[in-house]
Amino acid sequence: MWRSTGFLSILALAMVLLAGAVPPAAAGDGVPLPHPAKGKGLQCVEPVDAMRRYHMKYLMHQRDDTVHGGIRGAKYSLQGCIDCHAVADPKVMNGEKRTLKPFCGACHEYAGVTLDCFQCHSPVAEDKPNLSQADAQAVREAHQQALKSRIQQGN
Amino acid sequence: MIDQTTYRPIEGRSTEYLTLVGWLGLMVLAALGSAYYMEHNGHWVTGMSNQVIWGTPHVFAVFLIVAASGALNVASIASVFGKKAYKPLSRLSALLAVALLAGGLAVLVLDLGRPDRLIVAMTTYNFKSIFAWNIYLYTGFFVIVAVYLWMMMERRMQKYSSTAGLVAFVWRLILTTGTGSIFGFLVARQAYDAAILAPTFIVLSFAYGLAIFLLVIMTVCRGTGICLGDALLVRLRNLLRLFVVSSLYFVAVYHLTNLYGTENHGVEKFLLVSGGIYTGLFWVGQVIVGYLVPMGLLYHPATRGSRTNIVLASVLVIVGGLCQMYVTIIAGQAFPLNMFPGYDVSSSFFDGVVAAYSPSLPEVVLGLGGMALAMAIVAVAIKVLPFLPDDLSDKKAGDGEDADAEVLGA
Amino acid sequence: MSTCTDTTRRRFLAGAAGLAATTLAPGVMLITAGPARAAGGPVTNARRWGLLIDTTKCDAGCDDCVVACRTENGWQGHDRPATDSQWIRKVDLTDQVTGAKTSLPVMCQHCETPPCVDVCPTGASFKRADGIVLVDKHICIGCRYCMMACPYKARSFVHETTHGQKPHAPRGKGTVEACTLCVHRVDAGGTPACVEACAEKAGREAMVFGDLNDPNSDISKVAGRLVATRIRADLGLNQGVLYHGF
Repeated sequence: MWRSTGFLSILALAMVLLAGAVPPAAAGDGVPLPHPAKGKGLQCVEPVDAMRRYHMKYLMHQRDDTVHGGIRGAKYSLQGCIDCHAVADPKVMNGEKRTLKPFCGACHEYAGVTLDCFQCHSPVAEDKPNLSQADAQAVREAHQQALKSRIQQGN
Repeated sequence: MIDQTTYRPIEGRSTEYLTLVGWLGLMVLAALGSAYYMEHNGHWVTGMSNQVIWGTPHVFAVFLIVAASGALNVASIASVFGKKAYKPLSRLSALLAVALLAGGLAVLVLDLGRPDRLIVAMTTYNFKSIFAWNIYLYTGFFVIVAVYLWMMMERRMQKYSSTAGLVAFVWRLILTTGTGSIFGFLVARQAYDAAILAPTFIVLSFAYGLAIFLLVIMTVCRGTGICLGDALLVRLRNLLRLFVVSSLYFVAVYHLTNLYGTENHGVEKFLLVSGGIYTGLFWVGQVIVGYLVPMGLLYHPATRGSRTNIVLASVLVIVGGLCQMYVTIIAGQAFPLNMFPGYDVSSSFFDGVVAAYSPSLPEVVLGLGGMALAMAIVAVAIKVLPFLPDDLSDKKAGDGEDADAEVLGA
Repeated sequence: MSTCTDTTRRRFLAGAAGLAATTLAPGVMLITAGPARAAGGPVTNARRWGLLIDTTKCDAGCDDCVVACRTENGWQGHDRPATDSQWIRKVDLTDQVTGAKTSLPVMCQHCETPPCVDVCPTGASFKRADGIVLVDKHICIGCRYCMMACPYKARSFVHETTHGQKPHAPRGKGTVEACTLCVHRVDAGGTPACVEACAEKAGREAMVFGDLNDPNSDISKVAGRLVATRIRADLGLNQGVLYHGF
C-alpha cells in the first residue's frame, strides 16, 4: 500500500514541477506581463538578463559584506537600486517621493515571489525636495559618476 | 528482555473519543488563529513588552518541554533500571514524551518575532548559544525516542531496546539541563544566573511528566476499558509523591542560597513577600497547590488509597507547575535589572520599577493550543499504532518483585 | 615549558597586528594605530570604537542625545511606552545613602564579550571587528533571548509594523534592535549623532567618541585623565562605553 502512495506522491511532485516549467499563459490570457519602469541611468551594474536572474544573489552577498564588514557604497547595493529605479507612485506619500516598490513589485507579483526587503528597509528615495533644473542635472551627473565607479570597483 | 505483552491500537470510534479529538483539534485551530493575530499585528497586542520579553507562551512552552523529558521516565525505569512492571507502559511513555515536546516547540516557534524564518534557525548556528544547543537537543530527542519506539515496537529489534532506552535517558537528562540552563546561564538577571536551575528543572520534569502520564494513562484506561492494576498505579503514585518532595527541596535550596547573600535580598523579597501576583502564585500556586496538597493527598493514609485523589494530585501538580513556570519566567523579568546597585533609578524606559505584565487572551489560547496539540498527537497515535497494552492488571504487571499489596479505592 | 611561552608570545603578537610598534629606546615603544582597514575592505580590529560619558557634565533635564538618536535612526514610536523601542535613554540616579543625584544616558554598551552575542542562536547578534555590537536583522528570528541576556536593557523588540525608516537604519517588526553607535556615520568617518548633539546642540561635550586602541585619540586621552567606570563592571564585559562621575 505504501508503495502506491509513494508513487502517487512522486507523480504529484512531478506534475507540480512540470507545471512550473510550462511557459506562462499566452498574452491576453489573464495576468498581463510585467513592464517594470526603466532605470534613470544609462546602464545597470550588470547586464539586464543577469540582473533579472541573479539580483537577489548580488544583494544577499553585499548585505553580509555591509552589515558585518562595514563595506558601504560597493557595486551592488539596495540603495543603488533605489537611487536609479524608484518612481513616483500615487499610493506612496501621494506621489511626492519616489519609491522602489512598483519596480520590484511588477515582477515579484507576476512571479508570485514574496518580496520582504521592505519590511525593514525603506523603499523611498531620499531626494532633495524642490531642486532647480541645474541642481537636478548635477545630482543626476553625480549619480552616473557614482554608478560608474561602482561598476569599476566591481570589475 | 523480550516483551511478551500484547499491544493493540484503540478502536477509536466512540462518541467520546471523536468528541475529544474534535475539541483538541478546535483548540489547535484557535491557537493557530491566535498566533496569526499576534504575528500579523506584532507583539504589541500581547501582554509582552520590552520589559517582560517572554510571556505566557513561554510559560506553556517551557512547561511542556520540561514535562516532555519527564514523561519518558516511565520507559526509562523499565529499560534502564530493569523494572519489568513498567515495561507495558514504555511505548505510551515515549509517545507522550515526543508529543509534549512537539506541543511545546510549536508554541515556542509560533511566538517568535519571525516564525517565517524558522529555516534560518535550522541552518545558521552560533555554537556558543545554549539556545542553539537546545535546537540540537530537541531534534535529537525526537530522533532518539523515535528509534527507541521503533526498537520497542519491532520484534526483531527488541534486543537493542534497552540500549536505545539508555541513550534516550541520558539524552533527556542533557536536554533538561539545557532547558534549565536557558535561565541558569543568564548573568544579567538576579532571579536566574544559578547553576541549581539545571538540576531543579530535571527534578521538576520528573514530577510534571509523571503527573501528565498518570492523567493520560488513567483517562485512556477508563475510556478503553483496559484494566489498570492497583499495584502498578501504587508504584506510579509513590514515584510522583517522591518527585514532588524533591521539587520542593530544590526550590527551597534555591531560595535559601539567595536569601543568604545580601545582594539578592531585593529579588527574594520581591518573590516571597512583596511581589503581589507573583508572591501569591509562588505561595498559593506553586507551594501549596503544587507541592503541599499533592504531598498530603499522596502520603496521608486517609487519602492516598483513592484513585480520584491520584487524579486530583496529578492535576494539582500540573497547575502548580504552570504557576512555577509563571513565577520563574515572568517574575524573573518583572523584577528590574540591578544596573546601579546602591542607587534609586528612574527613566523613561521603566528602569528601577517592577514591570507590569498581564497575559492577553491570544497568548493563553496559544499556550493551551500547545497542550491540546500534544494530547491530539497522543490520541491519534494510539488509534493508528499499537501503543497500548491490552491488559495492565496486576497479574500481568507482576514481575516477581514483592508487589505492593495496597488496594486502591475509587 | 618553552611551548607555553611560545603560545603566549604568539597570541600577544596576533593581538598587536595592525599596530605598528617602533622601539625608540630599550623598554620604550611608540605604538601607533595602523590603517583602520584596506580600501574597500572590511573593518578590522585595529580600531575599537568607544564612548566616554562624563556624567558631571550631563544634566537630568537634558535629553538632546536621545532626541538626536531618534531623529537620526528613525525609531519614533507609537505612543506606547511599554512596547516602543528606545535605543538610548536618560537614567536618573539618586544615591540611596547620600541622596546625591546623577543623570546619564544608557545605550548599548558595546561589550568586548557581549552576552547578547553569546546567547543568540543564529548569530544575528554579532560584534564587528572594530567592537561595534549589532543585530543582523536578516537572520534575526525574533526569539528575544538577547534581551533576556543583556544586563543593560539596551535592546528593544520591534512590536509593530514600522514606517518611515531611514535608509541607513532599517528596522522591522519581529526583530530586535539597539544602538548601532551610528555605524553608518562611523563608517563614513563621522561621530555618532548623540555625541554630536551633546556638543553642538546642548553645548555640554559630556560625550566623547573615538578609538580606544589609539592612545592619541580624544577618548583615550580623556579616559587616561578621568577615572572611568563601567556599568556593572563586576560582569567583566569590558564595555566600549565608559562613564565618569557616578
